[in-house]
Amino acid sequence: MFDERKLTELKKARQKWEKTTVPNWVGRHPERKNDFSTVSGIPVKRLYTPEDVEDLDYLKDLGFPGEAPFTRGLHATMYRGRLWTMRMFSGFATAEQTNQRFKYLLKEGETGLSVAFDYPTIMGYDSDQAMSVGEVGQCGVAVSNLKDMEILLNGIPLDRVSTSMTINGPAAMLLAMYVAVGDKQHVPREKLSGTTQNDNLKEFFAQKLCIFPPTPALKMSVDLIEYCARHLPNWNPISISGYHIREAGSNAVQELAFTLADGIAYVESTLERGLKVDDFANRLSFFFAAHNNIFEEIAKFRAARRLWARIMTERFKAKNPRSMWMRMHVQTSGCTLTAQQPVNNAIRVAFQALAAVLGGTQSLHTNSFDEALCLPSEEAVTVALRTQQIIANESGVANTIDPLAGSFYVEALTNEMEERAMKYIDRIDNIGGIIPAIEKGFLQKEIADSAYKYQKEIERRERTIVGLNDYEVEEDWVPIELLRIPPHVEKEQLARLQRVRRERNQRKVKEMLDKLHADADKNKNLMPTIIEAAKAYATLGEITDVLRSVFGEYRELIIV
Amino acid sequence: MSKKEKESKIRVVIAKPGLDSHDRGAKIVARALRDAGMEVIYTGLRQTPEQIVETALQEDVDVIGLSILSGAHMTLFPRTMELLKKKGLNDVLVFAGGIIPQEDIPALKKIGIREVFGPGTPTSTLVEFVKKNSPKRK
Repeated sequence: MFDERKLTELKKARQKWEKTTVPNWVGRHPERKNDFSTVSGIPVKRLYTPEDVEDLDYLKDLGFPGEAPFTRGLHATMYRGRLWTMRMFSGFATAEQTNQRFKYLLKEGETGLSVAFDYPTIMGYDSDQAMSVGEVGQCGVAVSNLKDMEILLNGIPLDRVSTSMTINGPAAMLLAMYVAVGDKQHVPREKLSGTTQNDNLKEFFAQKLCIFPPTPALKMSVDLIEYCARHLPNWNPISISGYHIREAGSNAVQELAFTLADGIAYVESTLERGLKVDDFANRLSFFFAAHNNIFEEIAKFRAARRLWARIMTERFKAKNPRSMWMRMHVQTSGCTLTAQQPVNNAIRVAFQALAAVLGGTQSLHTNSFDEALCLPSEEAVTVALRTQQIIANESGVANTIDPLAGSFYVEALTNEMEERAMKYIDRIDNIGGIIPAIEKGFLQKEIADSAYKYQKEIERRERTIVGLNDYEVEEDWVPIELLRIPPHVEKEQLARLQRVRRERNQRKVKEMLDKLHADADKNKNLMPTIIEAAKAYATLGEITDVLRSVFGEYRELIIV
Repeated sequence: MSKKEKESKIRVVIAKPGLDSHDRGAKIVARALRDAGMEVIYTGLRQTPEQIVETALQEDVDVIGLSILSGAHMTLFPRTMELLKKKGLNDVLVFAGGIIPQEDIPALKKIGIREVFGPGTPTSTLVEFVKKNSPKRK
């Protein structure tokens, strides 16, 4: 990008600066530390100059927004046209209460829904199964059958509001219930829009909410990708997730690399179904974390888009530019929040959200400042939503596209993220792909080591966390009442579930569950029968139990 | 290591009751206690109270650390403590960690959980706590 003669001059001037100006100053004013590095341990130099990006080829490496390799953004006008979707992950207690929270958030300016399910639902259990005791509605909303889903979405027009569902093992079952509600609202299926997380691979080494063993779990993910490509053209069947990888303790490079390695596996497996890459790749979506280090995060988002575009073009020979798109949702980082002086978390979230916007995300969740203590209270979630609205409307950062492009540091770091991630992807390829890497414990070990290292850095005070290992106070100030889930929630949910079991057409339920068993035995795509079963009010637990009986259950590979 | 040294090691089980899968903290604690010279068994996720107590019995542990972030602690911790008593494991030191509201802590201490540690607790605090309170002291 730079004239060679000018670069030589620059190099000389830089060397002179390093030999004279810098030591003169540092002699009297030493630097704060000997080594500076990002959260991921990438060394940070004192100063970046054109020398650090001398190989950058503008058209090849950056290009224009809306054009490959999409480093500068997916859309031609980015936030000048439409702001990112403000999508707050929420769900607690019963379907009624979460429905109220959804309506509150939409009234306050949220632009898309995002459902948090409780742990029994996530694990494919009904609220009345033995493993569910004490857990119903605690960490999300309980949805055991279509009735719960009807209440959850009551009064929400599914042709106008898009919904993201954080559900993996039982993604097919929850999407089936969503489709059934859409049918009841007379919304044409091609108009249903939203996302099922449905990224079962990362469960084995990051989020660890696994039901089935890796091979059938991957089959379930791919069933959905295939079904949506054919029948739900506006649905994102999968959100390939780095967020949980990061929250489990990885650094930014590992988050990026392991997520794309998962992405590669999904593309390969879907191709095996006989679909062409350009038939489905445009609906693959991604999900990343926004951690503390602003520039590293921005570089990660930019590198992610470029790297995915390159993988789709070079490895999978995609022709349609939309197949090269990496559409992403970002969530600010839960694990950076402190229980100490919790109001400070609002500030952390604001910086993380800023990084996500400067990184060009399509959709954003901002965490609530009380999340190290409990599920978000209404007051805290409002502040979190307002944070996005302030960035969008007051800060001015949404008015021009990719404003940090051309920063010597950000471009150098973007290159570094891409190179380091690519090395990991090569290592995973050499192990034989993502499933062998999971089975050998490679990914789990990498993440556990990073998590331990990060914790030790905090304890040795090499890494300052304000309010935690520095600037501590005796009494923490919590300006709000924390959200508690009362015990009657579980009782109400159980009563409703039992009523549904009594009143439904039992013969129809049995017929659909038998058909599902047969389909699973024959390795068919299970989605059509799961939709029929959901419509007959078969419960989540009943459907999952049928599949458990065919696929078996995952036994955790324990790596400390 | 001599047999005697081995026998004098504090034996700890770090257990994850509840359906949640937030094992980052539990694994870090397991590793820190191991690095401090203790014999540590990590159970893995989603252990029922019955399984936890069975592991404690089988492994003949001195200490149990319970980690939970799902909100089900007021159901699962009392069951675990009851079962421990039933099996005669009265002198085992039990501590807990995770997302546990302050207001629940007195009730948990009353049923015999010696201490509840919140987010941000340094691992050195845990190591000291276990060394000081383990029935097998070093």
